[in-house]
Amino acid sequence: MRRTRGLATFAVAATVSVGLAACGGASSGTSSSSSSSSSAGAGSAAAFNAGETSVVNPSDTKGGTLRMAISDDWDSLDPGDTYYAFAWDFVRLYGRSLTTFTSAPGKDSSKVVPDLAESLGKSTDGGKTWTYTLRKGLKYEDGTPITSKDVKYAVARSLDKEILVNGPTYFGDFLDLQGYTSPYKLKDAGAGLKAIETPDDSTIVFHLKKPFASFDYLAGLPATIPVPAAKDTGTEYKKHVISSGPYKFETNEAGKQFTLVRNTNWDPATDPNRKGLPDRIEVKLKQNQADIDNQLLAGTLDVDVSGSGVGTEAQGRILSDPKLKANADNPIGTRTWYISVNGDVAPLDKVECRQAVQYATDKTSVQRAYGGATGGEIATNILPPTISGQQRFNMYPPGADNKGDLEKAKAALAACGQPSGFTTTMAFRSDRPKEKATAEAMQQALKRVGINLTLKGFPAGDYYKLYAGKPDYAKTNGLGLMTNGWGADWPDGFGFISQIVDSRTIRPSGGNYNLSVKDPAVDTMLDKAVTTADQTARDALWVDVDKKVMSDATVLPTVWSKGLYYRPTNLTNVYFTPAWDMYDYASLGVKK
Amino acid sequence: MTVPLDVPGATEAHPEAVLQGAGPIAGRSLGEIAWTRLKRDRVALTGGGVVIFLIILAIFAPLVVSLVGHPPNDFHQDLVDPELSTPIGRFGGVSLDFPFGIEPQNGRDLFSRVVYGSRISLLIAFLATLLSVIIGVTLGVVAGYFGGWVDSFIGRLMDVFLAFPLVVFAIALAGVIPNAAFGLSGDALKVSVLVFIIGFFSWPYIGRIVRGQTLSLREREFVDAARSLGAGNVYILRKELLPNLIAPILVYSTLLIPTNILFEAALAYLGVGVQPPTATWGGMLSDATNWYQTDPWFLLPPGLAIFVTVLAFNLFGDGLRDALDPRTR
Repeated sequence: MRRTRGLATFAVAATVSVGLAACGGASSGTSSSSSSSSSAGAGSAAAFNAGETSVVNPSDTKGGTLRMAISDDWDSLDPGDTYYAFAWDFVRLYGRSLTTFTSAPGKDSSKVVPDLAESLGKSTDGGKTWTYTLRKGLKYEDGTPITSKDVKYAVARSLDKEILVNGPTYFGDFLDLQGYTSPYKLKDAGAGLKAIETPDDSTIVFHLKKPFASFDYLAGLPATIPVPAAKDTGTEYKKHVISSGPYKFETNEAGKQFTLVRNTNWDPATDPNRKGLPDRIEVKLKQNQADIDNQLLAGTLDVDVSGSGVGTEAQGRILSDPKLKANADNPIGTRTWYISVNGDVAPLDKVECRQAVQYATDKTSVQRAYGGATGGEIATNILPPTISGQQRFNMYPPGADNKGDLEKAKAALAACGQPSGFTTTMAFRSDRPKEKATAEAMQQALKRVGINLTLKGFPAGDYYKLYAGKPDYAKTNGLGLMTNGWGADWPDGFGFISQIVDSRTIRPSGGNYNLSVKDPAVDTMLDKAVTTADQTARDALWVDVDKKVMSDATVLPTVWSKGLYYRPTNLTNVYFTPAWDMYDYASLGVKK
Repeated sequence: MTVPLDVPGATEAHPEAVLQGAGPIAGRSLGEIAWTRLKRDRVALTGGGVVIFLIILAIFAPLVVSLVGHPPNDFHQDLVDPELSTPIGRFGGVSLDFPFGIEPQNGRDLFSRVVYGSRISLLIAFLATLLSVIIGVTLGVVAGYFGGWVDSFIGRLMDVFLAFPLVVFAIALAGVIPNAAFGLSGDALKVSVLVFIIGFFSWPYIGRIVRGQTLSLREREFVDAARSLGAGNVYILRKELLPNLIAPILVYSTLLIPTNILFEAALAYLGVGVQPPTATWGGMLSDATNWYQTDPWFLLPPGLAIFVTVLAFNLFGDGLRDALDPRTR
């Protein structure tokens, strides 16, 4: 269950754009100076990283056209069929789920708030039953009222992974389905699903297989955006999704572009989470990435929807020009790049040997592999700082300069019976330049204490299925260290850490993302956290899991990923939200 | 209309040699004639000189690098801009200390890496060429000389090999090969695998040429003469046919080497072959493509190295062909 994200590749973009760059820089330079004088109010003026903690250019002015573009395409516009982070952010413009994240910058955004529902879920039966009540006066774009049955139907159809293939499988994993598969296979759509009850038109009750305290996060998945059963056309529904949010589809040319216009049946009084500022939203698909970056800098485009930040060339220009830099943000995302330390491979079966690797790592060198300070912050533990309740701790301080503590590394090596070091293999994805650079940096760093690494690259497509993610293969081929990375599906401990440290998820046939954490004590702690109802107590338990895994030294966190985002001066009400790792699209407005 | 026989001055005509009044006519071997022709071909000689220089450079790489450069895998991150990851200074960090500049991000010495990269490239190209020549000549001569079902069988075998999706096979094999096998490990194993892949699958090209030459040679009088004197097949193959095939084999090998260098570079570019951090030209090019926007200088050293080497081998090979077989001019 991994959210596919558009990766900020360093290899995209064309050389022809270099010529355009000069003109773009000049024009956006002038506009940025004018904006800083005109902006005022409760939010903040344009400054580097201002969008990380405050609303930049706050505004309630309606009107204008918001121009967006993306180098790729949506996996699907159908809310029940999407797994891209940017799609989950964008879908809120035309759909409303039961809950959503707070519309606010910084850490506040990881708090779940009710959206279609009046309040957060009420749990009974020890966290196995969750009840939501819908707000009054909710309508679709055609004026028909939204009922809880539509929400039930939306969830039910999202269970059918043969027709709606892309979305996550959380509902299928947690709902007490009793053999139910899909509304498409039954005559009476949605009737057979006993796991979801709708006693009246505004109440919906979910019955789970096992207690799950973070269910409010699940209720925020796009799969709970209501779909009228009569209008559902299965795989064709993505061509015209019936809107429940502030905008509805005007045109939709698959693979090229689409436009959204105001949904006059959306009542702002029922929706505390969205501003609905622009009159119109235009999205162009499959544009050249360098072209997108240049247009952003030139001010002829407002948003790169992919939410993965600008490319290397634009990054160089932004960082070296103070005027451009004032309109950029460089926030930490909900993604940790790390190295799995495989206890199946001797001598890494001894905790002291694994700790020696932790101490000997040169973290500045690995940080450079991920693009330096702009590309990521040096990670000291598994949970990234944007996860709710996260705590920073550092069990293996790598010296004052972060280049590694060689004395402690040697002491740990002596303690594990390998005083002169040892040899092991490090696996990485050969088509990922950053991971290759990480492996080379690790080789140089560990050599200093006598740990010799043999580097071995694998194709990224089969990395988890056939090689690193297959326990037998990793063991017999002596893969002691393996590059790895994880991004949260939502910013709490369950959405992040439970997916990569639960040893019971490891399948011998391969396809595992947990490559090294095989500790029954961790599993017990996970179970306790999942069933703990109180959020503060639960968050503390996730931190305990983080600490336990770090003390086992089976995970070597290297970098909390960061992206460089540019906000054109035309945008109002801009802020970065860690909930989606990008700007909050539902709040954006334009000056014109 | 007839031409009068008593043309004036016709009796004064003399053979050229007599006219020149030079010394006795010396017999020259084919090799001598070829060498004379090659000596006159300045372009080919330059190519040959560069080839010899590159070979010496590759053999003495550790010495050269200890004198001019830095160990090829050592990081010099103090010379790299921490924010942009590009080398500090002009032209990709070129300086007296780093004549070709440094790699972005980790600051490795590009000069050392290009010099060390030549070892891998040349070694694989030479060994792979040797392998394909041995297989190709053996099977080509056999097919051409014996004809019949042997020829048909080897001919179809060549078709099979030519139709083989080589790059796909190489990529698949690279993932399957473990760290140690056949008593080899690490780079030695990877080099052997590459030599095998490139050499074993390119023999049909030279095999076809040799077969064609053999077909025409076996009908010649000297082969008939040897056969009528009672010579066996093996004797005819070794003593009568092979010496006459040396020229095309030599020419084709010289032209096959640059092809193999390019193929090795292509495989390294695709991530097949020697594992990092060992430097290869193709691997360096592949790394450089990630930086072409911010540090285009990184592309130059490995790109130029491949360009110069391939050009030198091709010029030399062309000159050699002209010298050995002037009819093809």
